[in-house]
Amino acid sequence: MSKARPRLVVIGNGMAGIRAVEELLQLAPDLYDITVFGAEPYGNYNRILLSMLLSGEKQADEIVLNAPAWYAAHGIELHMDDPVVAVDRVRRTVRSRNGALRHYDRLLVATGSRPVMLDVPGSGLPGIVCFRNIGDVECMLQSAGRYRHAAVIGGGLLGIEAANGLSRRGMHATLIHRSHVLLNQQLNPDAASLLARNLEGRGLALRLGAETSRFEGVQRVERVRLADGGHVDADLVVVAIGVRPDIALMQASGIHCERGIVVDDTLQTYDPQVYAVGECVQHRKATFGLVAPVWEQARVCASHLARFGHRRYRTAQTATRLKVTGIDLYSAGDFMGGAGTEDLVLRDPRRGVYKRLVLSGDRLVGAVLYGDARDGGWYFDLISRGTDVARWRDRLLFGQAYCQPAAVPA
Amino acid sequence: MSARTATTCPYCGVGCGVLAVVDASGAVSVAGDPLHGSNHGRLCVKGAALGETVDLQGRLLHPLLRGAAGEFVRTRWDDALERVAGGFRRVIERHGPDAVAFYVSGQLLTEDYYVVNKLAKGYVGTANIDTNSRLCMSSAVAGHKRAFGEDVVPGCYEDLGQAELLVLVGSNTAWCHPVVFQRIAAAKEAGARVVVIDPRFTATCESADLHLPVKPGTDVWLFNGLLAFLFRHGVMDVPFVEAHTQGLAQALAAAEGDAPDLAEVARSCGVQLSELLAFYRLFARHEKTVTLFSQGVNQSSSGTDKVNSIINCHLLTGRIGKPGAGPFSLTGQPNAMGGREVGGLANMLAAHMELHDPVHRDIVQSFWASPRMASQPGLKAVALFDAILEGRVKALWIMGTNPVVSLPDADRVKRALDACELVVCSDIVERTDTTRHAHVLLPALGWGEKDGTVTSSERRVSRQRAFLPAPGEARADWRIVCDVARRMGFDDGFGFETPQQIFAEHARLTAFRNHAPDRDGAPAAPRLLDLAGLATLSPQAYAELAPVQWPVDATGEGTRRLFSDGRFAHADGRARFVATPGRAPLHAPDAEYPLVLNTGRVRDHWHTMTRTGKSPRLAGHIGEPYIDMHPHDALCSGIREGELARVQSRWGSMVARVRHGGDMLCGQVFVPIHWNDQFASDARVGGVVNPAVDPVSGEPEFKHTPVRIEPFPVRWYGFAFGRRLLPASGLSYWTLIRGERFYRYELAHRERPKDCGAWARAWLGVDDAEADWLEYEDRATGVYRAAHVRDDRIEACVFLSSRPDLPSRHWLAGLFAHARLDDGDRAGLLLGEPPGAGADTGPLVCSCFGVGRNTLCEAIRRDGLDTPAKITAALRAGGNCGSCVPELQRLIAESRTASEA
Repeated sequence: MSKARPRLVVIGNGMAGIRAVEELLQLAPDLYDITVFGAEPYGNYNRILLSMLLSGEKQADEIVLNAPAWYAAHGIELHMDDPVVAVDRVRRTVRSRNGALRHYDRLLVATGSRPVMLDVPGSGLPGIVCFRNIGDVECMLQSAGRYRHAAVIGGGLLGIEAANGLSRRGMHATLIHRSHVLLNQQLNPDAASLLARNLEGRGLALRLGAETSRFEGVQRVERVRLADGGHVDADLVVVAIGVRPDIALMQASGIHCERGIVVDDTLQTYDPQVYAVGECVQHRKATFGLVAPVWEQARVCASHLARFGHRRYRTAQTATRLKVTGIDLYSAGDFMGGAGTEDLVLRDPRRGVYKRLVLSGDRLVGAVLYGDARDGGWYFDLISRGTDVARWRDRLLFGQAYCQPAAVPA
Repeated sequence: MSARTATTCPYCGVGCGVLAVVDASGAVSVAGDPLHGSNHGRLCVKGAALGETVDLQGRLLHPLLRGAAGEFVRTRWDDALERVAGGFRRVIERHGPDAVAFYVSGQLLTEDYYVVNKLAKGYVGTANIDTNSRLCMSSAVAGHKRAFGEDVVPGCYEDLGQAELLVLVGSNTAWCHPVVFQRIAAAKEAGARVVVIDPRFTATCESADLHLPVKPGTDVWLFNGLLAFLFRHGVMDVPFVEAHTQGLAQALAAAEGDAPDLAEVARSCGVQLSELLAFYRLFARHEKTVTLFSQGVNQSSSGTDKVNSIINCHLLTGRIGKPGAGPFSLTGQPNAMGGREVGGLANMLAAHMELHDPVHRDIVQSFWASPRMASQPGLKAVALFDAILEGRVKALWIMGTNPVVSLPDADRVKRALDACELVVCSDIVERTDTTRHAHVLLPALGWGEKDGTVTSSERRVSRQRAFLPAPGEARADWRIVCDVARRMGFDDGFGFETPQQIFAEHARLTAFRNHAPDRDGAPAAPRLLDLAGLATLSPQAYAELAPVQWPVDATGEGTRRLFSDGRFAHADGRARFVATPGRAPLHAPDAEYPLVLNTGRVRDHWHTMTRTGKSPRLAGHIGEPYIDMHPHDALCSGIREGELARVQSRWGSMVARVRHGGDMLCGQVFVPIHWNDQFASDARVGGVVNPAVDPVSGEPEFKHTPVRIEPFPVRWYGFAFGRRLLPASGLSYWTLIRGERFYRYELAHRERPKDCGAWARAWLGVDDAEADWLEYEDRATGVYRAAHVRDDRIEACVFLSSRPDLPSRHWLAGLFAHARLDDGDRAGLLLGEPPGAGADTGPLVCSCFGVGRNTLCEAIRRDGLDTPAKITAALRAGGNCGSCVPELQRLIAESRTASEA
């Protein structure tokens, strides 16, 4: 019998970690004995689709990416509902909450991120949840069945999706946002106001430019008190004001962390045995919250784990899309523009369309598409590749169909 | 089916028969009259579109008086007529009859023309009645009179089919007389040769055997050279010349003076010697030669000499009055000929009798039994407006013409009208560049409403018949004139009740004492113009009058060809050779104005566009005024094709878009005559044209004005469409083009608006903040586009850019025919293009990468993609959030099922 294979331990059973494992299995299926620890009692599921689970547009089984059987089929040892609580880098071991101790030759850290909690009085009241995992969704669904009023704090992608989901589940949902601009990380004011109008049209109440000062309630949260003295009645509060890389475990192990676990272009940490991918990492000052760069990280990391170490991770343009059915919203690249950039803008408020492309010289650098995001992928491509778009400039905003010779009828 | 009315086309002098039908909805459709001798059922595009031009939009429907504030106020006919009659009466009392004048039109019917001429010459006692025919035909009239003794076109259209050689001089027949051109094309098909003499390479030249691009104004040298060449080579009908002409020696001497040798002629005319010779030899060899000429000959300071230099060659060779041979003047207007017949020119009397001849005056006055008779020639068009400006003429009545557009030095005409005490306009259109300056506007009847006769280029008298009711309070011109005449105190002589009564009187006058003086000593004068056979027409017979060529003998038989017997209208019966020493155009180009401006028509417009401007079909050919010039001259002037430029002469300027049509030789530019202040910001070429006139005919030199071309710098270009008229004034440049259910504007402006969106909304009158308003902006390149949609239907749109390369207008124009815009239309609206056929990617499956169902199915089938991963590899679909992977699987399964089936 051959010598025992090296062991790869994966901390985190989320999208990033498992994607890296999948990539690794493609490249070197028999290289490692693999052990995966996950905090949640499930296999691997698509966290992006939690919004659709909440809204009822997808069922739980539809968002599963890899059921436990998949792990078994690939000989992966899976520890569900059993997070790693300690890493001993000298001995190269990890220990789980349930006491499982595993040696590693390579450690892949994919602990993801933690939601940021509001640090205001009353934030410990029951009925206040985040929006991060299936458990959170189940909690929200229970409340939706029992209560009438929901407040969602944070007008970012997740907050809007949560508010929309709760509203579709029959709750009267109010979205509370500090900025006057919804999705102020993704949209400029023009598109945001179209979005606001659309959301209001769906029955969502909006409190923009509103700061939460405390939560009030006796047994359970009853209302959100705002800084201006006003309040929003809520039996359920979803806090979606952002996430932070989950670095506690790694910090405790002594690995160099800043905002996230610092990795180089090969996704290697300061410990050569330890790799990290996903929302927990910090690469060249950047942290991550979107799926596309994470998947690229998984691909690069897998190639190094597989000892085909030729790939380098490069910070790429990112694009986001709001997953609220009936709202087509897409933004990519440097959509805020600024000095040295030029804008192409199309407004069709009656049809609920707003599109803005940001050009720098003859290159497309950013895009905001609201109401008709069909060409988002194409713009993303143009941004990523730095394609010279000068020849299409006058037609670029009208979409790919108008810019390709094949689209011109003979 | 509704009854068809046989009538005559109101455009050019070809005089085509038209059958008009009014359907139940009131729409008018027309077809060529197969029984009409002028056209045998054919119509040109202008004639075919007549049905689109009879709507009442923009029509003058009520008498209007200019109020104190300058605005026109509706008034009663009685008051308007009283104002005209009283005004004319007072001016005559105070300043004499020559202080009033009439400026009339080749658009008038013969009956209208007859009564106004009668009023002026026989009752007011002034010959100050001239007509816009002065601008196109008077050189031909003068040339005919000098050569033949009377204003007579000897031949007929049939000659064109019988000729072996057709020489077209200064005539873009293909565009300006298309139905005649079809006869020419048919003749060429049958073997005739065609030579075109024209400084421009026009559409007419396309099918010619030979094109001589002569230097503008050198036609006389060319035909003097031809006369000398023919004589030198013995191509001469000696018996004819000896028996029927005089003056050959002087004419030859003058010709040979100009044409010492052929090389010199070629140099003078700016043509290749070989081509000159080719033309001369063709002319020498073909007995059956018709020389057709038009405005390129007439509109010249030597126009009359040009006409005579042509006729000289026909006289020398005896090619006149014979089938397939003769000089042939192509008339510009529908009834220039009829006007000439009744004497509606300042130097004629009536019925081809002469103002300066006391015997003729006596004949006419005794026939009319009129109180007065003008005895001095009146003021010809250009001189007339000079006299108004100088205060010698104080009251002017303009009928059916637009001199502020059509006269040379037209800005001076404007000033003259503003200086005139009383300006009366009878017109069918309320707002023209001329009516703006009037004090009284009288609504006249238009084509389809009025009833009378016109005469074509080949002397064919043909009925224009009414098939539409008189709109509003409009009245026939003859009736308005008669009403005014009676109010001026001329009760006798204007009691006509029908046009038939007028025609009968006119016909009687043509026959009155129309013979050689006889023994009774009563004054008499023989004239070829004799409508004796029509003088006793009953109202019924007049109503049914079939087209007939004058002279019409007592039996009613017309005359196809004149001078067949060699007898001409001069007292001695001989035709005259006229010595025509070459004379250069009055104003030569110089360093300051180095180019020569030529003017003319385009194919699908007519005169000042009051009628053709209404037809979407006719706007399609050439929508915008233009300056056609040689690329080299453009380069020297600092202008590029497609840009705007100013044409500047000593007399004025205008602005249009430069193009290189390939028609122009270096040193010459061409601008069409049609556009005016109603259709463009500054495109009246009349304001640029020099006021030089022919010393004999008084016809202006429209074809030769020294100009320079300057850039017309603008900061942005644009176009707009609207269902309603838009307020174009205030823009540096605009042109209005009428379309099917829309008005289109081509725009340019010196300054870009600070806020294009605000400007566009204000300009299109969209002040409702909730209006359905789409816009596209690329501020850095100065592109702004917006559309206003109302009830899902496009209402207006505007496209602006800092560059002239705007999108095509074609597809946008078509959207105005749609009852509603579909999503595809709307998506492409601000691009100006429909989504391409290959662009339908189908319903979106992968939102992340925007991949549609059609694209996926196509790739799955074509490339045999059998897993979602392969699809992601090929199209990236499913490669981001992955939510579409189930749908991808389904598509793969469906595709497999389909291919197995």
